[in-house]
Amino acid sequence: METTQNMKRPILDVEGLDVKFYLRDGTLNAVRDISFALFPGESLGVVGESGCGKSVTFLSVMRLIPVPPGKIQAATLRFDGTDILKLSEKEMQRIRGNRISMVFQDPMTSLNPVLTIGKQMREVIKLHMKLKDTALEDRCIELLSKVGISEPQMRLRSYPHQLSGGLRQRVMIAIALSCNPTILLADEPTTALDVTIQDQILRLIKSLARDLGAATVLITHNFGAVAGTTDRIMVMYAGKIVETATTPELFKNPLHPYTKGLLKSIPRVDKETQEKLFSIAGAPPDLMRELVKGCAFIARCPIRDDSCYHHLPPFSEKKQGHYVSCWKVF
Amino acid sequence: MQTGNHKLLQVKDLKVYFPINLSVLGKGKKLFIKAVDGVSFDLETGETLGLVGESGCGKSTTARGVLQLYRPTSGQVFFQGKDLCLEKGDALRRMRQSMQMIFQDPYASLDPRMTVKEIIGEPMKVHRVPEKKKERLERVLELMQLVGLNPTDVHRYPHEFSGGQRQRIGVARSLAVRPEFIVCDEPVSALDVSIQAQVINLLEELREKFNLTYLFISHDLSVVKHISHRVAVMYLGIMVELAEKNELFSKPLHPYTQALLSSIPVPDPVFETRRTSIALEGEIPSPIFPPPGCRFHPRCRRKENICSESIPAWKEVAPGHFTACHLV
Amino acid sequence: MESNLQEKIIDPVSMRVEGIITPPKRHHWLLDLFIQLVKTKPLGAFGGLLVLGMVLLAILAPVISPFDPDTMHGEKIVAPPSRTFYLGTDALARDLFSRIAYGARVSMTVGLGAVGLSTILSTIIGILSGYFGGRFDTIMQRFVDAIMSFPWLVIMLTIMAILGPGQVNVILALALAGFAGASRVVRSAVLAIKEMDYVMAARAVGCRNTTILIRHILPNVAAPIIVLATLGLGNAILAEASLSFLGFGVPPPASSWGRMLSGDGLNYMLKGPWLAIFPGLAISAGVFGFNMLGDALRDLLDPKLTGGMRLRR
Repeated sequence: METTQNMKRPILDVEGLDVKFYLRDGTLNAVRDISFALFPGESLGVVGESGCGKSVTFLSVMRLIPVPPGKIQAATLRFDGTDILKLSEKEMQRIRGNRISMVFQDPMTSLNPVLTIGKQMREVIKLHMKLKDTALEDRCIELLSKVGISEPQMRLRSYPHQLSGGLRQRVMIAIALSCNPTILLADEPTTALDVTIQDQILRLIKSLARDLGAATVLITHNFGAVAGTTDRIMVMYAGKIVETATTPELFKNPLHPYTKGLLKSIPRVDKETQEKLFSIAGAPPDLMRELVKGCAFIARCPIRDDSCYHHLPPFSEKKQGHYVSCWKVF
Repeated sequence: MQTGNHKLLQVKDLKVYFPINLSVLGKGKKLFIKAVDGVSFDLETGETLGLVGESGCGKSTTARGVLQLYRPTSGQVFFQGKDLCLEKGDALRRMRQSMQMIFQDPYASLDPRMTVKEIIGEPMKVHRVPEKKKERLERVLELMQLVGLNPTDVHRYPHEFSGGQRQRIGVARSLAVRPEFIVCDEPVSALDVSIQAQVINLLEELREKFNLTYLFISHDLSVVKHISHRVAVMYLGIMVELAEKNELFSKPLHPYTQALLSSIPVPDPVFETRRTSIALEGEIPSPIFPPPGCRFHPRCRRKENICSESIPAWKEVAPGHFTACHLV
Repeated sequence: MESNLQEKIIDPVSMRVEGIITPPKRHHWLLDLFIQLVKTKPLGAFGGLLVLGMVLLAILAPVISPFDPDTMHGEKIVAPPSRTFYLGTDALARDLFSRIAYGARVSMTVGLGAVGLSTILSTIIGILSGYFGGRFDTIMQRFVDAIMSFPWLVIMLTIMAILGPGQVNVILALALAGFAGASRVVRSAVLAIKEMDYVMAARAVGCRNTTILIRHILPNVAAPIIVLATLGLGNAILAEASLSFLGFGVPPPASSWGRMLSGDGLNYMLKGPWLAIFPGLAISAGVFGFNMLGDALRDLLDPKLTGGMRLRR
């Protein structure tokens, strides 16, 4: 998996993205001034625990965040050169499902239970591509076959509840890829599935995206899921990006104390059982309270000191392509 | 592991069927969801048995059947010298002092209208152990400290705590009346990764301290491998393999176990790119109409004629290593 | 979160309590609810004010009424509002203001009585039916189905016809007509709660069914019951007015607003419109008040948050 990102222009260029939610009980700072880029055809893994802002980031790119109570601000938020924040809702609708599409976590609720699979697929294709009747039908059958569903004609007439979780997720992927998107966002696509199916789905997403030349963003909390299917990984914590590196580099040489701690605390099947699992003390911070001026990880960091408390560490390149946000990493 | 060969729990041919009503007045065919269809295993004192399987395999139902939270359709569960399936009413309730459960969902397993004091104190109140209110409060505070909660939070409500803390409350509650046996039903699945390790460590500490016996249910094989002594694999209501943990993970015999183990994602890119998982054909069949013969045969790559004709026997293929497969 | 905990911390070494732990000073959840209501639901708060007004009117009727409601004042029949008779007089020369004030008593008594009885019945049936299920549930629900298939007016009239006139009978009639639908709501709330892990946890811990019902199910079903009761009061007032309109309500000389509206109000609509307007306004205010309050409560006690957790902030 080569990454010639230095030469290419990013398909998604984000700078200074900040997303807040103004709620009755206070302001939730879900995403705090982050910057990153996604290059055409690459597969980016976004890893973090609940509340880190990984889902909100990409929902903001799709402008699926309800505004109000949300508020999206960014210095730059460009998709293929177009400023997302300046688009009208109608223009945005032409992009969603068409050029940027999303697969969600729970296939039970992302499909409408009272419509057949065929109807839901056709709805999306008709919206963005001008296909009708037999051409439309053929396209649906072609897509279902591509995602590995047998007897596609029969499945088109089925209802979601007649399919298993794994099959439903395949249908979701088919719908997401139906209009040949440039970016495919997958938000915890396998968390609700059995482990024997998880693997198949992840590999399916990887191969289909590669065939289409689409960039993929795999959002998850599971390091195992990203290890085999991504080119680069971005680790998020408390609304900020703490580390970014190519996949092999991140696992071989994690630099940020959070990444290191997290990787150490995961029980492994491929290794001898340890006596006691390493664990990071404390819990992720509550983003509604006043945040410290400095690094949000200080409460749990084993190597913190005063400068960490007072100043937000810059997100800087420590090695070739390996960025970290930590004062104590050199 | 402090076992001393004392069998704390003996489960024999446990079956839990749920009837589906096809007609209003009770006429017509009676169909059953055979959630647990003949499961047998023993537990020794101080041991942790990991019970793994995918959704619908019946692992949670097995645990609840053992604890008589669902009354089994048939089978025997020997605990403290009695068959729990035959116990009822007050006698059964009294036995619950020695067998407790930790639930999966930290948000649904605590009554939102009760304070921590009331939640942890409930088992004590029910069994009147200790008798005095003041002693019960002392014990609640003691338990909170034990699980890593701040005792000053004793009058707070569940929603004022984080997921990990709520799970600790659940652990404290399960320890309140000093049980011997605790069923852990996916206790860390709903928690963040960095909190999972904390709670797993806590469970292990408590196990050592109080010589507890755990039935640990999870779909996460990495966690199960860490905490269990022996591991049992379930599929569609029956047990397909049971062995000592390292033995199971290094030499899985049943094709389903092999497929399961081959699909575990590992946080190591080199390992991942080289790994080929064994794909299972088809879909999980309905538990109302399990396939004839070996339940797994429709999805097994190595199936032969005998697999659809007769049910494979549960055999000890190597010392302490059991499986039910014709091809082994 | 601030709390005035007045306790001694446990000595971790000896792990013995060295003092008494007292609970933090917390507002009662009803007070919290009230504060939320005023802050976020002005319409509901307004409704609450109307309700409060009605209640006060009922309680203070003897104090604020210038006259006894049944006294006939000679020939001042159908007199318009004046300084003596603030709202005028009716066909029997009785002071309308006093009659309306005492009418509040009738409405409140009938309303509270009917709703109280209905709530008790519907809660018991809903909880037992929902929790125990099985054949009991099936049979019970068929009864409820049967009752709900009759229009409530028909049920009430039938009961009144059987029992005869009287305030107590009106209360019974209203309660019996209304409890069935309410029991359905309670039952579905119970069905949802029954499946929650904490109920199973209570069983795992060794609780008896009765304990579970009282300690776990009931408090968590309280929210929809409260909403039902509040909305039910509005309905009760309206229903009583309808019964009176048809001549079956609380018998004279008691001043029921419905009777006032249907009797003199109807007959003297052109010559003495105040005889229709004021009782009508009173009924509207009462129903409106209870409905707005009930709506606001329903929003605040949002079941999506599993039993109104939002209250305890």
